[in-house]
Amino acid sequence: MGATQAHREEGATHPEKAHDADSRWETFPYWILILAGLVGYLGYLALFNEAYDVAWTRISGGIWLTLRITLWAFAISLSLGILLGLGRIAETDHNSVLPARVAATIGRNLSRTYIEFIRGVPILPLIFFLALVIIPDITDWLGVSRQTIDEFWRGVIALSIIYGAYIAEVIRGGVQSIPRGQMEAGRSVGLSRLQTMRSVILPQAMRAIIPPLGNDFIAILKDSSLLSVLAVADVTRLARQYSSGSFKFRESYVVLVFIYVSLVLVLSFLLTKLEERMTRDRKGER
Amino acid sequence: MIKVRGLHKQFGDVHAVRGVDMDVTAGEVVVIVGPSGCGKSTLLRCLNGLERATYGTVEVDGVDLSNRKTDIDAVRAETGMVFQQFNLVPHLTVEGNITLALRKVLGNDKKEAAAIAQVQLEKVGIPEKVDAYPRQLSGGQQQRVAIARSLAMNPKVMLFDEPTSALDPEMIKEVLDVMLALAEQGMTMVVVTHEMGFARAAADRLVFIDHGQIVEQGDPTEVFENPQEARTREFFDQIL
Repeated sequence: MGATQAHREEGATHPEKAHDADSRWETFPYWILILAGLVGYLGYLALFNEAYDVAWTRISGGIWLTLRITLWAFAISLSLGILLGLGRIAETDHNSVLPARVAATIGRNLSRTYIEFIRGVPILPLIFFLALVIIPDITDWLGVSRQTIDEFWRGVIALSIIYGAYIAEVIRGGVQSIPRGQMEAGRSVGLSRLQTMRSVILPQAMRAIIPPLGNDFIAILKDSSLLSVLAVADVTRLARQYSSGSFKFRESYVVLVFIYVSLVLVLSFLLTKLEERMTRDRKGER
Repeated sequence: MIKVRGLHKQFGDVHAVRGVDMDVTAGEVVVIVGPSGCGKSTLLRCLNGLERATYGTVEVDGVDLSNRKTDIDAVRAETGMVFQQFNLVPHLTVEGNITLALRKVLGNDKKEAAAIAQVQLEKVGIPEKVDAYPRQLSGGQQQRVAIARSLAMNPKVMLFDEPTSALDPEMIKEVLDVMLALAEQGMTMVVVTHEMGFARAAADRLVFIDHGQIVEQGDPTEVFENPQEARTREFFDQIL
């Protein structure tokens, strides 16, 4: 780092233009301007054009619901994903007691079955299947009314079950990205496998996990729109209702697209900041 | 201190260790040499249970590692291991690295553990680095911290797996000096290394391994200067 800095300063005193100087017009990020223009125009229509007033009022009422679905589904699928992801790679030593070996074997195989099954079906059919078949089956089996779990929670649970499988793979990848020597070093000073996992492996894996986890968070936000098929009154459902009643398709869907794109862009920005903070003290690390 | 009998280790089709018998007495310094891929690291890793013997037994201080009932964590806590790649924990400071097992395994409180860390860091000559992170240290300093981390557990045996092989030449000496001092203090050590100078200076016994078997062993000077086996001669001709 220091050496590059020194060279740059030397170069600055050099009279002619450096041969490898970037042509600034080529590297300028025009896309940011174009995107800002596009989103700005959509936002102008949605918020300041009178023709869109009613659509905006009707549809934006669902934003909070969309966010609630996203937050709940993310929280639940993250917990599920951690369990499944760690279960998928559960290992024991040859000296472990039999119950631990049995538990690890069951954990590995159940997790794998779950993950492969869920990832083998597209999300929309799975939402139907879980929310309209499996969850009613469970409430029937428990002998309680099907409305004990309302549409909102059926949708959230379905989305959580689905993303639990995707997040499990993220967790597994993060843990497996840590060099084997870290586990061996922990074990060699006498820490148990679980102790090493908690104090040595997981804190390091966190850094590898944050970026793909952020992607899944945004994916959940976007896929929460699929719950509109379950009569969950999120922004997508409200847009469909309003447009089919009023035939104002343009107004409805301009507003809808604007709501999603601005939510996702704000989230992406926050996630980039978070990633920068997480990786800042990592430079120069082996 | 260490008793190895009929040790075999297979990884699938690869037969890394093929019938090794070896004893290490308390206070002895044994240096293991041999061509790469000869099974010397695997043998060392069997001595603290990082690898499990396919056949045969390994006993450390009277405890049989191949027995399922053995508390392997307890054995490892008494057996220091130093790796080629240091394997320090990057998100912990030097002190954090050294005190982790002291607190989690031996149950020392923060203050006691920190005091032990300070003593060990002085032993390896870098007490001022207590608050540094591994990435801020040179390779030689990192390896010395790794040694301090193992010593802090007050081990009965120290195992070294090519401790200087990942180091730049100018840093090898600082690590070897620490190991020499340790040998002089009477620590029981098993060292896999290519540093023949260290073997000459510190080893009570030199063990030459090829194809997973002990080919020859004895007093280092004897083995260097007057190897009995053709394979040993060939090996030393290549590296000396």
